[in-house]
Amino acid sequence: MLEVKNLYCERDERVLFNGLCFSISAGEVLQIEGQNGSGKTTLLRILCGLSAGFEGEIFWQNQPVDDVREDFHHAMLYVGHLAGVKAALTPEENLQWMMRLSPSLNKLSIYQALEKVGLYGFEDVPCHTLSAGQQRRVGLARLYLSSAPLWILDEPFTALDKKGVAEKEALIAQHVHEGGAVILTTHHDLAIPDKTVRNINLDAGVSQ
Amino acid sequence: MSFFFAAMKRDLLLAFRYRNDIVNPLAFFLMVAVLFPLGVSPEAKFLAQVAPGVIWVAALLASLLSVDSIFRTDFDDGSLEQMLVSPQPLVLLVLAKVFSHWLISGFCLALMSPLLAMMLFLPSQGLFALVISLLLGTPTLSLIGAIGAGLTVGLRKGGILISLLVLPLYIPVLIFGAGTVQAGTMGMPIGGYLALLSAVLVVCMMLAPFAIVAALKISVRG
Repeated sequence: MLEVKNLYCERDERVLFNGLCFSISAGEVLQIEGQNGSGKTTLLRILCGLSAGFEGEIFWQNQPVDDVREDFHHAMLYVGHLAGVKAALTPEENLQWMMRLSPSLNKLSIYQALEKVGLYGFEDVPCHTLSAGQQRRVGLARLYLSSAPLWILDEPFTALDKKGVAEKEALIAQHVHEGGAVILTTHHDLAIPDKTVRNINLDAGVSQ
Repeated sequence: MSFFFAAMKRDLLLAFRYRNDIVNPLAFFLMVAVLFPLGVSPEAKFLAQVAPGVIWVAALLASLLSVDSIFRTDFDDGSLEQMLVSPQPLVLLVLAKVFSHWLISGFCLALMSPLLAMMLFLPSQGLFALVISLLLGTPTLSLIGAIGAGLTVGLRKGGILISLLVLPLYIPVLIFGAGTVQAGTMGMPIGGYLALLSAVLVVCMMLAPFAIVAALKISVRG
């Protein structure tokens, strides 16, 4: 699916990674590990096209990603550090807008997705009255809605309770089982069948 | 097209939830008209003479005051990133955001301007010229302002920088806008001024959205 060749990136005169090569195909989870500040988020942002200032090539379905940008954005779901949830809007309004923005969020209805993330009954209260974990869940409801094959998730388990983490892990396992691919950063040990998970450690700077 | 209206609906809904964004520029606009005669001279003849310029400068600054917020909250809560990774046409999205910004700032300012005209003794024959020049001029201000807002959204304190970037570009609109009102109050034809304001608006509408998208990409990608 996605292939990265010879990626080089430096920030503030510090080399984050050099000669980084990896690829991910359907049915795989790629877990990116590293210390704080080792460039995990930067790597994910580069993959999504949200960060310039790198050298190297990224291929989507064997074509340079810049040539197939629109197809790539159709086929990708990105959940970043910031949830992209508007505090003044209700969870329902937030999800309505997200579905407008990404047509690939079409698997379930909004109510089904809110029920899955345990926010049933909260659909029409403004998000600023919800707790941090609940706001995070509004953003993560996209995972249940998404039919995009590639998920790029930056610390998806932050602020979630244990049950929420387990549910998201099960969801990731199911997505991979159905032929999707997931690239994520987390410090947490994933409870997903080992053979589908590969790790990249950015501290070493080389892929394994 | 339905995406354009969905984006507009979202921004207008947000504006009605945070009413500050609507009230602030209007209050500023009104305050200038209240304070100006107190500070300079309450004499009707003098005020009528400077009213076109004062009202236009106040509208321009009120618009500038509100333009900084156009992408700010979207940047802060990650919505802007989601917009950039969306397959939807960004130019359309940006145009929808600017248009909703104009509806809550420039359009309301134009509707309120007759009140200011009366407070500043602007002759009533200039009223039409005032409202129509603001209706044609303020969308240009929003479009140009949004380029500056896009460029400075990544900076913690972009407020001053945005004025420096954008104010020089506002000047032609100010000159033609105030000129329209001046001509209108003297009973001269205003068609030429309106044609110029419209031409500037059309050019900005065609080019500014692309500049805004490029500015946002620079700000987010770093």
